[in-house]
Amino acid sequence: MADAISHDVLIIGSGLAGLRAAISAAAADRSLSVAVLSKVQVMRSHSVSAEGGTAAVLYEEEGDNPESHIYDTIKGSDFLGDQDVAERLVKNMPFEIYQMDHWGMPWSRRKDGRIAQRKFGGYSFPRATFAQDKVGFYLMQTLYDTCLKYDNIHFYNEWFCTSILRDSAFRGVTAIEMKTGDFTVFKAPAGIICTGGAGRIFSFSTYAFSSTPDGLDMAFRAGLALKDMEFVQFHPTGIMPSGILITEGARGEGGYLINNKGERFMSKYAPGKMELAPRDVVSRSMIKEIQEGRGFKHETGFDCMKLDLTHLGAERIKEVLAGIREIGIKFSGVDIIDEPIEVRPVCHYMMGGIHANVDGATELPGLWTAGEAACNSTHGANRLGANSTSECIVWGRITGELAAEHAVAEKTRSSSISQEQVAAEEKRIYDGIFRGAGSVNPYDVRKEMTDTMDAKAYVFRNEEGLSSALKKVRELKAQMWKHVDDKAKEYNTNFTNVMEIDSMLRTAEVVLVGALNRKESRGAHARTDYPVRDDANFLRHTLAYHTPEGPRMDWHPVVFTRYAPVERKY
Amino acid sequence: MTETIEKIEHLDKKRAKEHKEKEILRSSVTLKVLRANRAAGEPARYDTYEVPVQRSTTVLDALLWAKQSKDHSIGIRYSCRMASCGSCGMKINGIPRLACYTKVSELEGSTITCEPLANFPHLRDLVTDFSQFFAHHKDMKPYVQNKAADLDPSQITKLSEFLQTPEDVDKFLQFSYCIKCGLCYSACPTVAMDTRFPGPQALGQAYRYFADTRDGASKDRLDMVDEKHGIFRCHFAGSCSTVCPKGVDPALGIQLLRGHLLGFSKSEKKAAELKDRSKA
Repeated sequence: MADAISHDVLIIGSGLAGLRAAISAAAADRSLSVAVLSKVQVMRSHSVSAEGGTAAVLYEEEGDNPESHIYDTIKGSDFLGDQDVAERLVKNMPFEIYQMDHWGMPWSRRKDGRIAQRKFGGYSFPRATFAQDKVGFYLMQTLYDTCLKYDNIHFYNEWFCTSILRDSAFRGVTAIEMKTGDFTVFKAPAGIICTGGAGRIFSFSTYAFSSTPDGLDMAFRAGLALKDMEFVQFHPTGIMPSGILITEGARGEGGYLINNKGERFMSKYAPGKMELAPRDVVSRSMIKEIQEGRGFKHETGFDCMKLDLTHLGAERIKEVLAGIREIGIKFSGVDIIDEPIEVRPVCHYMMGGIHANVDGATELPGLWTAGEAACNSTHGANRLGANSTSECIVWGRITGELAAEHAVAEKTRSSSISQEQVAAEEKRIYDGIFRGAGSVNPYDVRKEMTDTMDAKAYVFRNEEGLSSALKKVRELKAQMWKHVDDKAKEYNTNFTNVMEIDSMLRTAEVVLVGALNRKESRGAHARTDYPVRDDANFLRHTLAYHTPEGPRMDWHPVVFTRYAPVERKY
Repeated sequence: MTETIEKIEHLDKKRAKEHKEKEILRSSVTLKVLRANRAAGEPARYDTYEVPVQRSTTVLDALLWAKQSKDHSIGIRYSCRMASCGSCGMKINGIPRLACYTKVSELEGSTITCEPLANFPHLRDLVTDFSQFFAHHKDMKPYVQNKAADLDPSQITKLSEFLQTPEDVDKFLQFSYCIKCGLCYSACPTVAMDTRFPGPQALGQAYRYFADTRDGASKDRLDMVDEKHGIFRCHFAGSCSTVCPKGVDPALGIQLLRGHLLGFSKSEKKAAELKDRSKA
């Protein structure tokens, strides 16, 4: 084993949360050395695919107000969001929007030179701040470029982290450098996990191929809880067959969803907000229309609905929806200027993640988490569009500052890495996976697992489907697929793929057990056998802890400040 | 609303017909993939894979199918599969392209040759080393240089943006579409001759920040690119702009910077308007 590499703050993951955290930690104290470890080249994280907007209250003089953003977020969460967290998000956002502007973010502008905002689902005011329809990409670029100002930020491109090293506190991580295949220990008194969501556990998914639950599973294996994992957001408008996202901004700009009678069917389900009801509501409405025979059939055999943007006109589409027009032409063969495009609900976001408090602190001293990997309960049972990029940059900054402060305080204290843990991890990944044997193709196991999740844990769920899915996932786990046929050390993506599949199976199990236990319908979790929200029994968070036999489940209280749960209608 | 449905049906038929005419539909293709692990001293060879394809199959889909079903050891870098992350640049039939943004049906012939990008050190199979490319980008100081760039979080109540009109944004916007995929760098004949030449990506970004009204370092930016291995090495082959998958025109950025260096500049807004990609 090579010598350990030491830094003051280790950030695992390089999306919006990770890069924002890096800048905030590096700026807090220029003498701190901040490392960003990413399994991809750092500017290529899945945050680049975020399209539509970043929510913030910018124009109080024009009628918006923070109270409204807070309440929209809590109502959107079906009252499972922690209310102090929603408040923290909203109060910090305007600062972040202006900070991004000062760092070069090409926000779309109004004629008066000020930052423009558009409508988004579930909000009472147009407060999705946007840069055409490539918001995530531009935010990533702005943060990546700004990171280059700091000599104390060190990028580790293509280092695959495998485990957290800990005693009573965080001590570091183990990682494999993909270029050389070397296994290395990283030491630091402070860490932040920003590894994003796990949406690749579904086949039909908007996520990048890299969005696997490596970071979630690392935390889970280190004894930390995963929270609310049964809440998976299905975005109404994924294109076929790829699952690539058409932004909610398309409906924010005035797009219609139509059924095979040509009707704007949302008038039946959410007359107040129509297509701009929250995503869970729209996705359920689409599936109901399909079930009742009012869907279209895509050439690939999928049932779908159509998104009609033709009435917006070529000029407006080219100005603010150029990216999705390009996507439609290239990946669906449809020019949205000329004709409606086929869409269906697609796995898009995980409300759950690593259990964290309002500061983004995990249960392990010295370790924080931010962005989609974290579950500080901003979004509860359903996230509003444009609130995820917001969450990433707000808690990126907060956790970066707190980790820096902690690292400064710990500077004089010496700590040591448990060699036993390092040896156990080497054994797990090299003996257990790299040198494993078996005849089952791991990629076939992945496909079966993700197809099972699509079939049984989609927009509508029930006991029978979830139980059979859990049985299937457990069977797959037991098969002989843990082997790596590529024997090279260097750039071995077969090896990293099999490690990813290992973490995907464990995470899928947590999602399914959580979904089975939650015998109610709340936000994105809709049970046909328990169609009503049940506050008496389930107004609480799900926790899952790792045991070798499968997850051990527990509950955690929701934080209420000022808002009593009411029925959620739009 | 039945009118909409009639229109949809009509367009569906028309589209199906057009696809038949325009695209080359096959049930399978042969992928010819360059293989070598350079660190292990392996010489390059080509492996071939017969891959089933559909109308929507991209070269990335085909490569991943081969990796998952035929040969797990194919080395490839990929992530978003929607031309946003910039990972999967490679030479496809000799031309630098994104594998995820190239449909099999667009390519002629029944064999598709995949090779690593040129002008980057080769690591393994389709994977190259981007260190030098990223270093050139960093050398351009690609961030807003302005005393007021960093806001003070304790002053949270007195905030505002730098005012920029939509026209101000248009001056630099097309250059900020750059996804750092390296296709332009791979296509650049000057980079091939001089690795200290920053290359079209970095110079495009130099212009992007130069043209941003929020930036206050215009003079430094001009000085930075005006050196022995700098901007005047470009002999305007224009191949960078041809291969860019995002419609960025780095060659134009280079010309505009040169114009400023030589003391004249045309109407930049007009010049920098993004090409309408649908007509490309």
